[in-house]
Amino acid sequence: MRVRLLLATLLALFAVPITAQDRLPPAPYAYQQLRDPAQEAKAKALMETLRCLVCQGQSIADSDAPLAGDMRHEVRTKIAAGESPDAIRKWLVARYGNWVTYDPPLDAATALLWFGPLLFLALGGWLAFGRFRRGGTDGESEI
Amino acid sequence: MIAELGLALLWIAAALACLSLVAGIVFLRTGKDDLAALVRPASVAQGLLTATAFALLIALFVRSDMSVELVARNSHSLKPMLFKVAGAWGNHEGSMLLWLTILGVSGALVAIFEKRLRNDTLVATLAAQAALSLGFFAFLLFSSNPFKRLPVAPPDGQGLNPLLQDPGLAFHPPTLYVGYVGISVAFSFAVGALITREIGPAFARAMRPWVLGSWIFLTLGITAGSYWAYYELGWGGWWFWDPVENVSLIPWLAGTALLHSVAVTATRNALRAWTVMLAVIAFSMSMVGTFIVRSGLLTSVHSFAVDPERGTFLLALMAIYIGGALTLFAMRAGAVAEGKKFALMSREGSLVINNLLLTTILALVLLGTLYPIVAEAMGEKISVGPPYYNKVAGPLALILCLVMVAGPLLSWRKDDGKKLWSRLPAAAFAGAAVLFGLVLFGGKVGVLPLLGMTVAGVVAVASIAPLWKRNLRRTPLPTWGMVIAHFGVAVALAGMAAESAFIKERLVAAAPGETVKVDDFSVKFAGVSPVAGPNYTAIRGTLIATTPSGASFTLHPEARMFPGLMGTAPTETNEAALLTRPGGQLYVVLGQPVPGADGMSADRYQLRLWWKPLVWWIWLGGALIAIGAALSLLGRAQLIEIWRVRRARKAQERFA
Repeated sequence: MRVRLLLATLLALFAVPITAQDRLPPAPYAYQQLRDPAQEAKAKALMETLRCLVCQGQSIADSDAPLAGDMRHEVRTKIAAGESPDAIRKWLVARYGNWVTYDPPLDAATALLWFGPLLFLALGGWLAFGRFRRGGTDGESEI
Repeated sequence: MIAELGLALLWIAAALACLSLVAGIVFLRTGKDDLAALVRPASVAQGLLTATAFALLIALFVRSDMSVELVARNSHSLKPMLFKVAGAWGNHEGSMLLWLTILGVSGALVAIFEKRLRNDTLVATLAAQAALSLGFFAFLLFSSNPFKRLPVAPPDGQGLNPLLQDPGLAFHPPTLYVGYVGISVAFSFAVGALITREIGPAFARAMRPWVLGSWIFLTLGITAGSYWAYYELGWGGWWFWDPVENVSLIPWLAGTALLHSVAVTATRNALRAWTVMLAVIAFSMSMVGTFIVRSGLLTSVHSFAVDPERGTFLLALMAIYIGGALTLFAMRAGAVAEGKKFALMSREGSLVINNLLLTTILALVLLGTLYPIVAEAMGEKISVGPPYYNKVAGPLALILCLVMVAGPLLSWRKDDGKKLWSRLPAAAFAGAAVLFGLVLFGGKVGVLPLLGMTVAGVVAVASIAPLWKRNLRRTPLPTWGMVIAHFGVAVALAGMAAESAFIKERLVAAAPGETVKVDDFSVKFAGVSPVAGPNYTAIRGTLIATTPSGASFTLHPEARMFPGLMGTAPTETNEAALLTRPGGQLYVVLGQPVPGADGMSADRYQLRLWWKPLVWWIWLGGALIAIGAALSLLGRAQLIEIWRVRRARKAQERFA
């Protein structure tokens, strides 16, 4: 099943450069790292959490799509100019919406997403440990 | 003729499934033995006929019979033979027939080999299996007939898609399908046992080999799929938390929980209701996975089987099966008592925590997968990706690993916490050593990878502890299996953590002759040359990687270009070149040519190089987990035992 995804992603990915052969060369920082390793690490970490808007299965850090390249260029340029990753993320969200970030912000719409697992764990724990409390410890009898 | 024969066999097999179901129901209602006698042979015959039909479909692909629509759409007379054969299941109709074949064959195996269950429970199980088959037969025969003929046969097929021509792809879907279907057999056992109220150790022991077997295939499928993505996508990622990956992970998580819970039921006759419930959940999750992928609910490029009609059919099937099983469960709730009690500080107690954590992780992966779909329906477009799963599932998984350290060292029923500590000094020491080593010499490491490597150290040592001071020759196979599988978890965890903590990346536009440094390697870009493959042309790069000790290795990454055939667009692929070293892998990709200053001449090429420390441990760990489960299965199925008894009997006969 995942194979289908990968295939389709591949198809989408590799179909692009053909049709785009006569487009402009990729922006300089699409395939070029920042000189300062600390800045590059920051940029890389941020890029891994941003969605490539045209390929949908991947982050901009691992896509060959031209748009992903342009976004990598934006991110690296801004990091090099001293902007913080959070500010860049905010700027991208303002431009493209929450769709662009793989790290969904905590708000009313995503409260269930972030707290759901905790609730589940608490409820499950309460049910399971209720059994231990209620049952005592050394009974061999059946409930 | 072959196609018509195949279709006829499918109809007969469907009729036999119908017979098994009706005979089973009548027997369970009235207790008439003569009808029950029909169920076993009918199940065996159904399996044989479906398998024959599938073999006929493969024959059609091998002969390139283009008068059959499925062959014409998905095959080509010039394809290599391996991919002609694999083409039979590389499409919707064929994969559904494969699904039914595996379902039928496993039903037949249950009918032939299962001797431990009471007869009525076995009949009920086979009837449940027949009911499952019947739904999928209806799906296949009414909405996706694989043997459909074309009015006019085209001169040749359309299926020369180069991306489908990968041996990994050819075997990946069948592996996952065997896993899913194995879970469906566990589900049938659960339904059978619920119907006859025989829920206890006998039922758990009958179900266990199927759970183990399917779990082996799911583990292998996920591991192989991850490696495939790693080398094929050309960016070195091995897990993307993508919806389609998630729906393959969810049944695995359910299977893992079921595997541990069924052990408790088989050994201690406890957790009975929970085991049955988990069997239902595991099956539901494999159905949900199929449904999500097949229906195109994931509205994106990856759903190339978008087809609302089929989606609706699957949704209806799913509702009937899951709804039916849950209703049955509710009706029998009184009969399914929880079973024997135990203390929290006991092996059972640790397995309950294991199950709680696994189901929580399952729930959050499902939540993360479905949340964007629901949010989009409500007008909010959000993405849920790696940061979410790392933050939420990461800590839970680490706690789960620590529970895994304690569980095998605790005794059943009741144990003493202090005694547990006395069994752990070596493991605790290993963890502390890893932690200090990393903090002192590791440089800047993220919290999650740091904890990951520490926990991996603890688990690696603790997982071997059950073998401590034991006679290794007499240690039962399932114990060996558990030790190896748990050790595999430690290996995989170490690989994941080390790769994300210490990865080195270099992206450069290099001209032939230039040397690039990545970690300790100096990689010389020797140049490119054109290559012609069987159905593609490529630019092949030659890179020479030299280690500090002076050993040098040649790598050949390729940028391949497949011409578009019969109106399809041409496709390009990147073949990464991998150099596997004891400490990790060097991953090299040849990218686009870079235009020179004048914008015309391309003398430089984009190179992407990664040094990925311990990355291959991830898949080694996956393989160890599967091997452990296989040893366990060998022990549980008592094949060796049966073989020994037979050999002893033969020896006796010889002397007598």
